[in-house]
Amino acid sequence: MPKLLVDNKEIEVKEGTTLLQACLDNGIYIPNLCYLESMDDPSASCRMCFVEIEGEEKPITSCTVTVKDDMVVKTDTLSVRRLHRTAFRLLLSVHHVDCKNCHVNKKCELQRIAKYLEVGLKPKHLEQHLKEPDIDQDHPFLDYYPNRCVLCGKCIHICRKKHGQSVLTFAKRGFDTVISSYGKNDVSSLACEKCVVCVDICPVGALILKEAQE
Amino acid sequence: MNQELTTEEQAALKNIAAKLSTFERQRGNLIPVLQMIQEEIAYLPPETLKMVAEHLGIFECEVYGVATFYNQFRFRPPGKHPIKVCLGTACHVRAGDIILENFERKLEISEGETTPDREFSIERVACVGCCAMAPVAIIGETVHGQMAPSKVEGLLMRIEIEKEMEEREKQKNESGR
Repeated sequence: MPKLLVDNKEIEVKEGTTLLQACLDNGIYIPNLCYLESMDDPSASCRMCFVEIEGEEKPITSCTVTVKDDMVVKTDTLSVRRLHRTAFRLLLSVHHVDCKNCHVNKKCELQRIAKYLEVGLKPKHLEQHLKEPDIDQDHPFLDYYPNRCVLCGKCIHICRKKHGQSVLTFAKRGFDTVISSYGKNDVSSLACEKCVVCVDICPVGALILKEAQE
Repeated sequence: MNQELTTEEQAALKNIAAKLSTFERQRGNLIPVLQMIQEEIAYLPPETLKMVAEHLGIFECEVYGVATFYNQFRFRPPGKHPIKVCLGTACHVRAGDIILENFERKLEISEGETTPDREFSIERVACVGCCAMAPVAIIGETVHGQMAPSKVEGLLMRIEIEKEMEEREKQKNESGR
């Protein structure tokens, strides 16, 4: 089993574990939003889990690295923290911060990361860029809030994992990217109202059961 | 996206269905299939997305996700006079975005949309290869260089007038017979 040194703490994990998972399992927190252990090929799309590895020129996303013996890792150097904070601020610049009226208030992953990184939820130096409309009610059982969504893709992954295919997808591109449930036939074929794995996995409360709001 | 299909398009749908069966049922064929449809009918009506999903055995939403990602696919029928406004570097510097805005305001649609009568559609493009004439707009096949916001109304008016003249001509011919 590979042994590695993370922040001067020696840890031993199973072969084939991702570095991020190894750290999380051993009580070393690295901010992350889009990673799930069940992913074969983590997308590293949230750009939050950067660490420094000795021998690597630049910081690297820990979810895409498999542990190796004698790896020396640092999770809280200045440059790593800067990357964490910048990525986080960019995410918040497209986030409608309205915690008081949000059903995941106090359970939200963004709040947790903000506290951990000591970054305010209202970005000071970045322009806010919100999508229209604020809510997408196309799905018969789910409401989707594009301005809460961090586009981590966990909902798509978990739906596909459970059902073989996903009724959710990324649609459009760039700043316009949203999660979409286009296609009414697909939704009825999966019996969404009994499943809701996507609602449970969402780290920020962007997906919510319609009835839960009333 | 909720435009009624014309009778021609209904016919084209049948044609598409026939062509669709020549494609193997594998997801790798998704983009070639979408391209084929757009070649036939000039855009991707919701009906076709459904047909594709059924043929390839994937969810409609996956088809939608892929199709919306690429700029080459459109979801609204192009107008009879498609307007392309260049926003390449040179045109951008010479305020092509204001030209675009003017067309949008005059026609009361936004970029990527088509007027309800299907006469005009607006599209933004990145460089049409005549930067010296910036800012440039293309209406139908005609390139209009050195565009100015004040020229927008005139160009649209000209098309209207030409259309009216054509109709009058037609009426004359018919009554003359």
